[in-house]
Amino acid sequence: MMLPVQVLFSTGVIFIILLAVAALYCILFSRNLIRILIGLELLIKAVTLLIALAGYITGHMALAQTMIITLIVIEVVVIAVAAGIVIGAQRHNQSLDVRTLRNLKG
Amino acid sequence: MIFDILYLSLLILLLLAGVWTVMTLNLLKSAIGLAVTSVILSLLLFRMDAPLAGVFELSVCAGLITVVFISVISLTKPLAAAEARARDRSRVKRFIFLPILIVIVGAVLYALRPHLDLPLPPAGLETDVRQVLWNVRRLDLVGQILIILAGVFGIVILFKDRPDTKGEIRRTTDKDRTDTKEGTKS
Repeated sequence: MMLPVQVLFSTGVIFIILLAVAALYCILFSRNLIRILIGLELLIKAVTLLIALAGYITGHMALAQTMIITLIVIEVVVIAVAAGIVIGAQRHNQSLDVRTLRNLKG
Repeated sequence: MIFDILYLSLLILLLLAGVWTVMTLNLLKSAIGLAVTSVILSLLLFRMDAPLAGVFELSVCAGLITVVFISVISLTKPLAAAEARARDRSRVKRFIFLPILIVIVGAVLYALRPHLDLPLPPAGLETDVRQVLWNVRRLDLVGQILIILAGVFGIVILFKDRPDTKGEIRRTTDKDRTDTKEGTKS
């Protein structure tokens, strides 16, 4: 019989994996650049929850919170720069479709 | 925290909000779904005794990033009605398998029920977040400052008006935009 802590962790991990699957599906099958960014955001949310859960289970919640704060800062910067690139690509190609981004095609 | 109904409900809501964010056809609704996902994640963080991380998630991810996404959506040109209908049909075909995939993966994971032998170190070594943030993980703060600076410079360079060949700075005016639209129509 599993301990309550292990039940808590394994249940959480199942939902985290499912959220990551949805996010990866969105990244892989979307053709819209904004939707790809949204998929990336969802993937980061799954990672955030995993760090929090691991910190809670191991009793190092302070360290986990520090990691999450660092992750959120990185996430904001990545999304802001990526949003700028998306706007630039849309102005250049008049489209948000990833299939129109063929400027670097060899 | 014991294994309780609220924790399980929040996890289910988080997954449903995430799947709805991916599946919905409207981009604006998708951005709002992402904000809802962030709010539910914040509630989970509060439930796990991580109030500081929860506040960050709520203010930055549910607030700031949603504003960034809505700004990007409003700054980009929407598709024409016929194009949008064709895109929606193609998207429904591609994303109809996602709920099925989620159910299958969930069933497999539940059947396997991963038994994780967690080595549990003594808890309470560092309990104060401020202590850890300012003393133990001091180098992380330097990294955060550098990343923020890199992001600021990146955005400045992306949106800088480039000088043309005559050395004059070319700025996009309303007249240029009108000309571009007329050229696109013709």
